[in-house]
Amino acid sequence: MRPRWFAIFCAAAASAAPVTLIRDATVLTVTKGAGKGSVLIQDGRIAALGPNLAAPAGAVVVEAAGMYLMPGIIDCHSHIAADSINESSVSVSSMVSVEDVLDPEDIAIYRALAGGVTTANILHGSANAIGGKCVVIKMRRGKPAAELLFEGARPGIKFALGENPKRRGSPSSTNPGDAAVLRYPATRMGVEDVIRQAFTEARIYQAQWQAYRSGRSAVAPRRDLKLEPLVEVLEGKRLVHAHCYRQDEILMLLRVADEFGFKIRTLQHVLEGYKVAREIAAHGAGASTFSDWWAYKIEAYDAIPYNAAIMHRKGVLVSINSDSAEVMRHLNTEAAKTMKYGGLSEEEALALITVNPARQLMIDDQVGSIEPGKAADLVLYDRHPLSNYAKVQKVFIDGQLYFDRQKDLEQRAARQARKQALLDREKQQARPSAPQTRPR
Amino acid sequence: MKRLCGLLAAALPVLAGAGDTFLLRNVAVHTVTKGDIANGAVYVRDGKIAAVGARLNLPKGVRVIDGAGQHLWPGLIDSGTSLGLNEIRSIRESADLSEIGDYNPQLRTLVAINPASDHIPVARANGIAAAITLPEGGVLAGQAALVHLDGWTWEEMDIARAAALHLRFPVLSTRPSSRFSRETSRGTPYTDARREYRRKLQALEDFFEQARRYRKAKVANAPGFKPDVRLEAMLPVLEGTVPVLVTASRERAIRDALEFAEKEKIRIILAAAEDAARLAPELKAKNIPVILGPTFRLPREEDDPYDAPFTLPAEMHKAGVKFAFASFSNQFARNLPYQAANAVAFGLPYEEAIKAVTINPAEIWGVADRLGSIEEGKWATLIVTDGDPLETRTQIKRMFIKGRAVDLDNKHKRLYEKYLARP
Repeated sequence: MRPRWFAIFCAAAASAAPVTLIRDATVLTVTKGAGKGSVLIQDGRIAALGPNLAAPAGAVVVEAAGMYLMPGIIDCHSHIAADSINESSVSVSSMVSVEDVLDPEDIAIYRALAGGVTTANILHGSANAIGGKCVVIKMRRGKPAAELLFEGARPGIKFALGENPKRRGSPSSTNPGDAAVLRYPATRMGVEDVIRQAFTEARIYQAQWQAYRSGRSAVAPRRDLKLEPLVEVLEGKRLVHAHCYRQDEILMLLRVADEFGFKIRTLQHVLEGYKVAREIAAHGAGASTFSDWWAYKIEAYDAIPYNAAIMHRKGVLVSINSDSAEVMRHLNTEAAKTMKYGGLSEEEALALITVNPARQLMIDDQVGSIEPGKAADLVLYDRHPLSNYAKVQKVFIDGQLYFDRQKDLEQRAARQARKQALLDREKQQARPSAPQTRPR
Repeated sequence: MKRLCGLLAAALPVLAGAGDTFLLRNVAVHTVTKGDIANGAVYVRDGKIAAVGARLNLPKGVRVIDGAGQHLWPGLIDSGTSLGLNEIRSIRESADLSEIGDYNPQLRTLVAINPASDHIPVARANGIAAAITLPEGGVLAGQAALVHLDGWTWEEMDIARAAALHLRFPVLSTRPSSRFSRETSRGTPYTDARREYRRKLQALEDFFEQARRYRKAKVANAPGFKPDVRLEAMLPVLEGTVPVLVTASRERAIRDALEFAEKEKIRIILAAAEDAARLAPELKAKNIPVILGPTFRLPREEDDPYDAPFTLPAEMHKAGVKFAFASFSNQFARNLPYQAANAVAFGLPYEEAIKAVTINPAEIWGVADRLGSIEEGKWATLIVTDGDPLETRTQIKRMFIKGRAVDLDNKHKRLYEKYLARP
């Protein structure tokens, strides 16, 4: 779809990344064990890793003795860098896309980088049973929106079950005077119905196109931007990320998907996933959950911090996500909670924020572990990343340095001075006698 | 039957005595105030710490608990929670945090604490043994209580029922109140916001003035004096026996709060003071302690350093300001130790982080003679851990509150075991 020059541009950008050797770190590969060693970055990719790598001539050398290197963190549920999130006026909002409202200047991108996040799944909100289209981005701060997109990542769509999509159906939770915009559904029964109705229409639409393409029908169907993404879901071309809480609604969605012959790629939040882990694993859905949120609403009252561990042990592909610009800053210690609650190993805990979300987003051939050939998306910590005392020191994406704590600290004084100068100028220019009027 | 009851009644006090008298040995004792003892023991008698040391000579027959080489710390204290007051935030019927009206100094959180709340054992399982429960509504929200996180009734949980009066200092804000209203409203013009702010400050001063007059009339036994429940609750504040916990987060609010305290001659503790670093020298000079909110929050302004909330505790320490940590939550009270650890990652000395969840809050809340460290004469409110209590992966193995072994089971562990075993 994208013009060819874009791919060429990207290749050029990647090759502009310097050859870098990260020397003598403890390398946490996540998939191939951990050990002391060095990682060589060439053309934006991991070229080699091993105990005794020599730096090629002209390479940038990062001395990392005593430090820990891990794959860049992948957040499978985020709403940063999006100008708007919820098109809540309709129950099926599959015609809208987060891609159209990406905001590359969101400060949350920098803060996410400072927390070691290199990739995130930017989701539509949860106001609709079938929500908007979603995209996977890399935290390439400073690049325009189109260049944040993760090349080759399959597009997604948000579904939502339970309290959020049915909220607009309840007169008590809408503003007085808004009664006129009461929106179906008001119950979990209605949520199922909305999804089944939509996919029934999508199948008809799909059949119309098939008839046209095979020549059985001479008239092209009228394009339907709402149903098109649902046909992509039916054909496995678009990944479903479904917001859900309770076991009943989780099972409902899996069964509706079974009925229509498509897969739920990830269940998001899925706080009662531990109650139906067997069924989730059998369907093949991944689960992306909070580490320890609970009791903020009734559908989260049976949430337990052991959720990830139980689902993992029962064969579900699990990730820990943030759904928050703040929690995104310390997903490493969020993952550590699965060691406390359920006894996962260090490698299993790290997988929850790296290779597992990569697999869920089907980008694990590119990112998610430290292996030769993968993109050089890496985070360097001063302590083991599963310790609460660890701080991110450097973050690389495609071999480019996107966050450097030392540089951040060094630039603070200058930034503060520049801000002060601007404020002072503003004060001088302000006329103290100017009448204070309301902005119109 | 009657005889049996009599026997039981006679036996009970003895049993109770035996339950909270024991020797805990083979533990690394972290006293917090008097250093560490690598392989030490603590003798607990009638719920209080009777002796601490490397070797203790004890009367025969004392029950011995083997600490198995683990670590002993004082029970942790969360200096701001809604534990027991709020079960599920989004369900009004389960929340008792905010009363109607702006001036309710007479309200007491203690009497609204549900001792059977599922949140309490969940917090306890991570080492939190005592907590401040904070009312939230209006300007003078009511009286915060310091409670043990164990007890059959709120009476048994009571440590200090009027630990502080909560003053939610007025805020000058031009911003719309929520993310959603931001899409439809541009907010309030500055001049209007300032006028509203001044009106609120004046109302606050008026209320204190009213309380002062009430006190004068009462002391003078003035004719026609009528008791008033609201104003009566202000007397300990005016007399300085109950401190005022002032929630003020931005620089201007903190500055105005300090000025207000000075003018009203009240003893204050500052809470959730996000901009406290900018006023640290003044806080130090005036000896005002600070309750720091979660370090896990976003910087307020886009151009704030990304780690501003993480470094605030270290800055307070450098300036010599006394502080304690609070979760200001119910569901996240269990993460109190981790926010303390996060402050260590960003420059706070480890010992100070430990103090900020033990002895500092005990001092700030006026109970350091009973809580906050492992010292003779204090309550045996203790935790046994398999490592550093501020690290996530550490497990809390035992907890004692006033010498009683506390159940560390909770709803989450029960559901875990139940569903892990599902065939």
